[in-house]
Amino acid sequence: MIAVIDYKAGNLTSVVKALRFLGATDVLVTQSPDDVLRADKVVLPGVGHFQSTQLLADLGLTQATREAVAKGTPFLGICVGLQWLYAGSTEAPDTAGLAHFAGQCERFPATFENSELKSPHVGWNSLENIRPDSRLLAGIAPGSFVYYTHSWRALISADTAAATLYGGPFTAAVERNNVMGVQFHPEKSAETGLKVLTNFLNL
Amino acid sequence: MLTKRIIACLDVRAGRVVKGIQFLDIIDAGDPAELAHRHAAAGADEIVLLDITATHEGRGTLLDTVKRTAASLFVPFTVGGGIRSAEDAEAVFTAGADKVSINSSAIARPELIGEIGASFGAQAVIVAIDARRGNRPAHEAEVFVSGGRKPTGLRVVDWAREAEQRGAGEILLPSMDTDGMRNGFDCELTRAVSEAVQIPVIASGGAGSAAHFAEVFKSGKADAALAASIFHFGITDSRALKAEVAAAGVPMRLPC
Repeated sequence: MIAVIDYKAGNLTSVVKALRFLGATDVLVTQSPDDVLRADKVVLPGVGHFQSTQLLADLGLTQATREAVAKGTPFLGICVGLQWLYAGSTEAPDTAGLAHFAGQCERFPATFENSELKSPHVGWNSLENIRPDSRLLAGIAPGSFVYYTHSWRALISADTAAATLYGGPFTAAVERNNVMGVQFHPEKSAETGLKVLTNFLNL
Repeated sequence: MLTKRIIACLDVRAGRVVKGIQFLDIIDAGDPAELAHRHAAAGADEIVLLDITATHEGRGTLLDTVKRTAASLFVPFTVGGGIRSAEDAEAVFTAGADKVSINSSAIARPELIGEIGASFGAQAVIVAIDARRGNRPAHEAEVFVSGGRKPTGLRVVDWAREAEQRGAGEILLPSMDTDGMRNGFDCELTRAVSEAVQIPVIASGGAGSAAHFAEVFKSGKADAALAASIFHFGITDSRALKAEVAAAGVPMRLPC
């Protein structure tokens, strides 16, 4: 069973639809820590404000996720779901993330190389420096395009699996063993996005 | 590199795609779900479906069309027309839309922008602004509502700024002056709005050639551009269009 965590942030329909389109028959939209603990895989979608992830702690889902990933359950965070894997975000400094990856997510700078940088970053941008050992991005060519819509992002670290350039490089995908995240929306990124989700389903 | 987006727009009435010239003269152009998929497969970066009659009786038909279209569409999908409340928006999201476009209803009650954003995120709210300026300078362009029939007295740049402050994720900017004429986008108007706000601006109205797209991305500072009639009757497809726009020096998502 694939647990898709519902924390009342944005629209889960398209993520669930994509998973089912790719052949996942047992997809459960849930807020229950027990479902997360017994799931074969866990997906944390999300779009919107980092503050909304507070509900995860309140419902006991932070603790359940910690236990699930410790026993090896593959976990995929999407957009704000990726950001939540870090210690936190300057968007909501009082809301703690899972802190599986170190560092705070930060807003794009207002200017970059002496010109104005629009924020949010919306549209199709390319994946660069794809880590050869990434299981999530296996078979995806550097330069492939994916769809973004966000104003905060994680900076580059040793766990970065691919980068995208906008106001300098940021983490497009993060991966360490069974814990993975993508800042882009695979469910809206045409063939490339479906390949990412297929890779995750095949883990 | 962040690319500029080419958005295929389907104007829909009673479950069929139609196209008008300056908001009149409707021509039947096919089935929305079929056309949406054809556009996505040919490389359109995004699909917009606008319900141009948006009658109360037609909501069931629209939601069914949205559901059918969204079923296997994996690029961003926006639905507009007749969304007057957060509940209307929710029904469209549940049917499979990623974003909604609101127009007259946002003018009538600007709080609606924030209400939809609170539940679905700012990125899911596009505020569409029907603009007409005639021979006046771009910054004096006026907002029209009710399918372009009613002037509001509001300036387009002012309303765009207010929409941004209230939490709009993007601005869709149809020019009534250039709509359906295939003589090019209103680059001055697009640039005036793009420079007034931080959020992306989608140019609309007047696409007739690849050069028009290149021009509105470069001199109009558009983040995206929308076209309908240019695609439907085989003038070109997205793939050929994007290759030409890219050759003119605009970053495009290629190959498709």
